[in-house]
Amino acid sequence: MNLSSVKELEDLRKKILSGRDLDKPCIAVCGGPGCLAKQCLQVRDEFIKEISAKGLKSKVDIRTTGCHGYCERGPIALIFPQGIFYQRLSIDDVAEIVEETVINNKTVPRLLYSDVEAKQVIEKENDIPFYKMQTRLILSNNRMIDPNSIEDYLAIGGYSALGKVLGSMNPPEVLDAIKKSGLRGRGGGGFHTGRKWEATRDAPGDIKYVICNADEGDPGAFMDRSILEGNPHSVLEGMIIGAYTIGSGVGYVYVRNEYPLALKNVMLAIKQAKELGILGNNILGSGFSFDVKVNRGGGAFVCGESTALMASLEGKTGEPRAKYIHTSEKGLWDRPSNLNNVETWANVPMILNKGAQWFSDIGTESSKGTKVFSLVGKINNTGLVEVPMGMTLREIIFDIGGGIPGGKSFKAVQTGGPSGGCIPENLLDIPVDYERLTEVGSMMGSGGMIVMDEDTCMVDLAKYFTNFLQEESCGKCVPCREGLRRMGDILKDITEGKGRMDDILLIEDLAGMLKDASLCGLGTTAANPVISTLKYFRDEYVAHISDHKCPAGVCRELITYGIDPDNCTGCGLCKKNCPPKAINGERKQTHVLDTGKCIKCGICYDVCKFEAVRKE
Amino acid sequence: MSKKVEKSRGEMISFMLNGAEVQADPKWSLLEAIQFYGISIPTLCHDEGLTPYGVCRMCVVEVGNGNRTKLVASCMHPVTGGLNVRTHTSRVIKTRKMILELLIARCPSSKKLQDMAAMLELKEVRFDPLNDDCILCGLCVRMCEEQMVAKAIGYAGRGMDRYITTPFDMTSDECRKCGACMFICPVCELRCQGPQAETTLCSGCINTEPVCASIYGEAMCFMVPCLSCIKKPEDVKA
Ligand SMILES: Cc1cc2nc3c(=O)[nH]c(=O)nc-3n(C[C@H](O)[C@H](O)[C@H](O)COP(=O)(O)O)c2cc1C
Ligand code: SF4
Ligand code: SF4
Ligand code: SF4
Ligand code: FES
Repeated sequence: MNLSSVKELEDLRKKILSGRDLDKPCIAVCGGPGCLAKQCLQVRDEFIKEISAKGLKSKVDIRTTGCHGYCERGPIALIFPQGIFYQRLSIDDVAEIVEETVINNKTVPRLLYSDVEAKQVIEKENDIPFYKMQTRLILSNNRMIDPNSIEDYLAIGGYSALGKVLGSMNPPEVLDAIKKSGLRGRGGGGFHTGRKWEATRDAPGDIKYVICNADEGDPGAFMDRSILEGNPHSVLEGMIIGAYTIGSGVGYVYVRNEYPLALKNVMLAIKQAKELGILGNNILGSGFSFDVKVNRGGGAFVCGESTALMASLEGKTGEPRAKYIHTSEKGLWDRPSNLNNVETWANVPMILNKGAQWFSDIGTESSKGTKVFSLVGKINNTGLVEVPMGMTLREIIFDIGGGIPGGKSFKAVQTGGPSGGCIPENLLDIPVDYERLTEVGSMMGSGGMIVMDEDTCMVDLAKYFTNFLQEESCGKCVPCREGLRRMGDILKDITEGKGRMDDILLIEDLAGMLKDASLCGLGTTAANPVISTLKYFRDEYVAHISDHKCPAGVCRELITYGIDPDNCTGCGLCKKNCPPKAINGERKQTHVLDTGKCIKCGICYDVCKFEAVRKE
Repeated sequence: MSKKVEKSRGEMISFMLNGAEVQADPKWSLLEAIQFYGISIPTLCHDEGLTPYGVCRMCVVEVGNGNRTKLVASCMHPVTGGLNVRTHTSRVIKTRKMILELLIARCPSSKKLQDMAAMLELKEVRFDPLNDDCILCGLCVRMCEEQMVAKAIGYAGRGMDRYITTPFDMTSDECRKCGACMFICPVCELRCQGPQAETTLCSGCINTEPVCASIYGEAMCFMVPCLSCIKKPEDVKA
């Protein structure tokens, strides 16, 4: 079928909807990254088997969807039309759900969400605190559609923004809407999307490109992956609208090499859109043509940087180059190019459907709309959360994230990916927006959020991120290559008790140079973890350097283990487990630890049931 | 090929250079314009006959107004109208010294780096020497490709492991043994074996920091080396 007008698109949508029964039961199994790791596909297969066995194949739909966000509780299945949320499923639970819920319209309480504190069981997804506080504009569609079905996307109103644009708006009007919405880039710098589009549109040249950055190399981040895997058409729709506005005929999606499912889903989406005439020549009979190609990432974190990404698309080594002439003027193959992040593109159709005003009513003065964060680390509710800009970090971490597990206390949160800063407890009430995060020494970045508890050593953490960036540096420019090398060495010395007070000054000098003189964004932001921890947790650095102590008890060289005679019951467990046999003692008598032999593996500390092994 | 040859003269544009309004061809790089006005800027990865590469970052200058200023690599930055450029602010000098300190720690045996250290009055190197013999400025790679049209050498490795080599680390048939790479290399010429041959920093023969910079935050004249307009002879070390 080739749709040759907006009307035909709307007719098709009507036809799809009229063929659908909204009351038909559907089991939506989350197939996102978190659930995949917990064998959700086996659960899904079990549902398929069970439904056929019960002879319900034609009466019940089973959908494998993109990420639902609440990865902590995976594998997750939602049962429609009721909207019942089942969590932590295993294949053994499937038969019961089918019997009780699908057939008898009752719930299976033991599989429902239960809130430990409130001691209550919650049936519906929307009533669960984790979801209740969020504003899931982008992510919520994931559970409504099969990412491999363009019909599903059309059924939820997909491509209606494109229809509206091609049917009734000229490019300056679209541009105006995007500018008025206040949408800013979700991939890093937070650049105004409308202004970027305008610069590319106004740049001289017949051939222009639009590019989608799906390289997502931050450790622990999976926002873009989940959007692309779960709702690839929304990204495509945004790109087509962008291309129409900018005047581009060819687009690229640059997908991280480690994301085969995202790659597969987006390629299939492109094929489906082409078959319907939504992509390709003369889109919906409008006379506008646009094609999208998919490229696999170069496999390095730095390939996500705009100029490196473009070099990589050109088939060269993915290394950044100076950007004094913007890529909107000279980008891919020296032609005007507009690069946006996956999430940025996914926002576009929504803005055109609901209006710039609606969008700019969400958020703060300078940051509009919602932002997806991947909440990981020492947090109860690991997962993907989407909140309006301006929500406080405290609300995100404690109300949505459910706070810190194991009764531990919160220490810091790192936002913005590996080169973001660490924000301490007393700043948790700042609203999340581009400016405020930068002011406190961190950044929005692409939306990583790593929570740390009291057991984290901030010097060790700074060392970890510095080493990550050191390994990911392309090595082209001196400040980043040599600066990070030395920064890593100094931090290593400090964590091994070999630091000197002068080192703090040297770190600060190196940080200033990295920020001022590096060639690309990797180098200019690389000092954030060190600088922010030095700013908010300076006493920990000092403790390492002058007292040779690691207050969090993490840095191996600086801790000693010993046995507290008051607590030791002489059970002998530590003695049995100690690899170098550094612990001695008779049964039922106080044991003694020989610090000379101890290799500081910490096994005795972990195995002792009486808190008799001390670490200091 | 050399980029300069391709350039034709455009309409001259004005910008501010160390407080004076000057004109330059918009096709020049900022570095070319600054050098045209006789101001000396240290460079390590730049050569007039080769495409700029912008990696040593020694050529940084401060641009912008008020407290909205930033450092840019002048060899890569185009001359644009209305730019406010300052070439020797304390921030610029501090950055250049830090970069040079890192490079000398990497390659203490280079005469060019040691001379530059003396020029910039770098007084200490706080890192352990690596005794490498390449600063990865890429001059040799560009020389070989652009002037000798041989493409016998290139980069390999990433990050701290980056190095210059022939394809697949094997003797290259493309190499004509012309020696151009060694001719242009800033590290191949060894420092003199003066009184302190073993130290990381040879603590040079000339010491010419523009002393005004530390007083005013910015050099007041641009006669580099300024020798000692303000310094008394007894301040100048032999
Ligand atoms: C080292 C480095 C890595 C980056 N990685 C990504 C990435 O994985 N995904 C992304 O969208 N942007 C990444 N960026 C930001 C991009 O350079 C660019 O700003 C962004 O894709 C622009 O899109 P936006 O305006 O929609 O945010 C990275 C930047 C740097 C400096
Ligand atoms: S800042 Fe780092 S990653 Fe960027 S160009 Fe320089 S060496 Fe490469
Ligand atoms: S495990 Fe604990 S209680 Fe048991 S012997 Fe070791 S220190 Fe004592
Ligand atoms: S060998 Fe010499 S010219 Fe080539 S990159 Fe190294 S320092 Fe530069
Ligand atoms: S001379 Fe400009 S960066 Fe090296």
